[in-house]
Amino acid sequence: MKEFFAFVKKEFLHIFRDTKTLLVLVGLPTALIVLFGFAISTEIRNVNVGVCAPDGDPAVMRLMEKVDKSEYFTYVGRYDSEAGIDRAMRRGEVDAALLFEDDFMSKMMKPGGAEIAVITDATNPNNASMEVMYLTGIVTEYFRDDLQEAAMLNASSAGGNLVPNLRMLYNPQLKSSYNFVPGIMGLILLLICALMTSVSIVREKETGSMEVLLVSPIKPINIVLAKMIPYFVISCVVLVNILLLTIFVLKVPVAGSFFWMILVSVIYIILSLGIGMLVSTLVKTQIIATLICGMLFMVPVMMLSGMLYPIESMPRVFQWLAQLVPAKWFIEAIRKIMIEGVPVRFVLKEMTILVLMATVIFTAAVKKFNDRLE
Amino acid sequence: MDSIQIHGLRKCYRDGVPPAVDLQADISILKGELFGIIGPDGAGKTTLFQMLATLISPDGGTATVEGLDIVKDYRKIRTMIGYMPGKFSLYSDLSVRENLDFFASVFGKDVDSNYGLIENIYCRLKPFEKRKAGKLSGGMKQKLALCCSLIHSPAVLFLDEPTTGVDPSSRRELWENLAELKEKGMTIVVSTAYMDEANRCDRVAMMKSGKFLAIDSPSDIISKFDKSLVAVRSDDMFRLLHDLRSMPETDRCYTFGDTHHVTLKDGTSLQAGEIAARLTGEYGHSGVEARLVKASLEDCYMNLEDR
Repeated sequence: MKEFFAFVKKEFLHIFRDTKTLLVLVGLPTALIVLFGFAISTEIRNVNVGVCAPDGDPAVMRLMEKVDKSEYFTYVGRYDSEAGIDRAMRRGEVDAALLFEDDFMSKMMKPGGAEIAVITDATNPNNASMEVMYLTGIVTEYFRDDLQEAAMLNASSAGGNLVPNLRMLYNPQLKSSYNFVPGIMGLILLLICALMTSVSIVREKETGSMEVLLVSPIKPINIVLAKMIPYFVISCVVLVNILLLTIFVLKVPVAGSFFWMILVSVIYIILSLGIGMLVSTLVKTQIIATLICGMLFMVPVMMLSGMLYPIESMPRVFQWLAQLVPAKWFIEAIRKIMIEGVPVRFVLKEMTILVLMATVIFTAAVKKFNDRLE
Repeated sequence: MDSIQIHGLRKCYRDGVPPAVDLQADISILKGELFGIIGPDGAGKTTLFQMLATLISPDGGTATVEGLDIVKDYRKIRTMIGYMPGKFSLYSDLSVRENLDFFASVFGKDVDSNYGLIENIYCRLKPFEKRKAGKLSGGMKQKLALCCSLIHSPAVLFLDEPTTGVDPSSRRELWENLAELKEKGMTIVVSTAYMDEANRCDRVAMMKSGKFLAIDSPSDIISKFDKSLVAVRSDDMFRLLHDLRSMPETDRCYTFGDTHHVTLKDGTSLQAGEIAARLTGEYGHSGVEARLVKASLEDCYMNLEDR
């Protein structure tokens, strides 16, 4: 046991001497979380909204107040005509506008219904469609709630107003960080565990120190296990760091159980360490280890894990491939626990698959591990 | 008593190429012996060391270290040998002392319990204890590597080219250290490409193309050298080598320091004076000097080839 701890101590020394790498390992997740959380956000904010309501009905103005109150929109002003809105949009004063037809409120009460046009600047189509969605949401809600009484009064004719009932579950504000956080966790943990472990084992082969270590009474498998411990510790620190940032900076609430979320993460960390060890038994140089872990593993994690693109909309072959990506199961499980807040029995499938994958990979790595040079 | 017994070892890395090591004879190395393996680069020294140190397994033949089979009992062997690879293999980012502590604890020992064994070597490193191993000079690195391979007090020590890339005074010190260790009863197997160092060994094995050409004490090897050896020098050394090789009586001719050494074919009786006369007369060399010299280990090695 003393020998083993000497190894662990040595590994920690290696890591702490290499401050730049350590900084990257701890800094990168922070940077990614902040980037995805704020800068690269697909949400809309501070959208300027104008209105064109020819008769200036108080009900319409109340609606605009409501729009202004939402955190996404700012009410800019009233324009006389559609052309006026168009000019304002060209000048950059407004990004979106609501256009009410003449005599809107009275038509509203009639069976034929009334029309509102939602106009948006579709230079950025993603933003435009989101603005339309949000604005429609606010408008429908307004007319449903505020005009309920009015509708009641004209009970018979109100049937013409079919109010669409859209609901965004779990992420009602459509916050993109909800989606990214589990993805980044999957990516970073794999990076630290698989890449760093395999590189640090292969480095010993490359510098020749593995030769000296093998000619010692310590069990070679312990050499490798000792290498995993520091990276396990760092991964846990990074995990805590990500969770703290997520909860306190991005303000993404953890809906489900903390315990199970951590447990799933630990299983995933162990799985990633196993991948690193397996890679290290197969390759001889650090550069190949880096390429395999950095490219061969990172790309599927980004593309096939459901982090960026939904798996359901991929061609069938890629859907099958995605089933083999550990990060896919991890991200799914974390999403379920963290964001949907479901009880643990609904993530048992994901956890079982992760445990199975870890077992297979560790068995393969230990089998492949050679305690001679050849 | 034998510390190492080799019964024909063979290792071939790839089909179609000659084996890296192909020892056919039985060789035994005594306990407490300083055994040298000399040979040029590519002779198979490192492969042989790696086989004896249980790092690679032989394709054929067997060997025992301290009575233990190198294939079956490799775990036990690893507890009792020290191995210093030819390439610097310690941790450059750890300090001198950290390296030493680490390798001691890998063997379940601490530095103090065996400090006596390395004291003479480590005293030179002591002032640099806090320095990173990567920042040491070549000679210092080798001393540290030697300390690290000694710290667990091994019964057998394998040193693969410990003096390559080390300055002459450090080389001398290293050999003195080895002599001291030998006094303490340690079996030491050391390889080198420098013939002059081989004189310090109890016995040397001359290795070439994976085979041992001769195994004996350096003095016996030299005394068994039975040819006449002539050292020749002239003003045009380059042409001289060609001319000497073209003489019908010449068996071998090779450069040795600032002279050419010539061995003569069996049955020819050419005196040094006659060679000098012919070189001046027939070949037109000026400033020719030729004299009979005593063979060195290197001369023996050069003449052992292809036997």
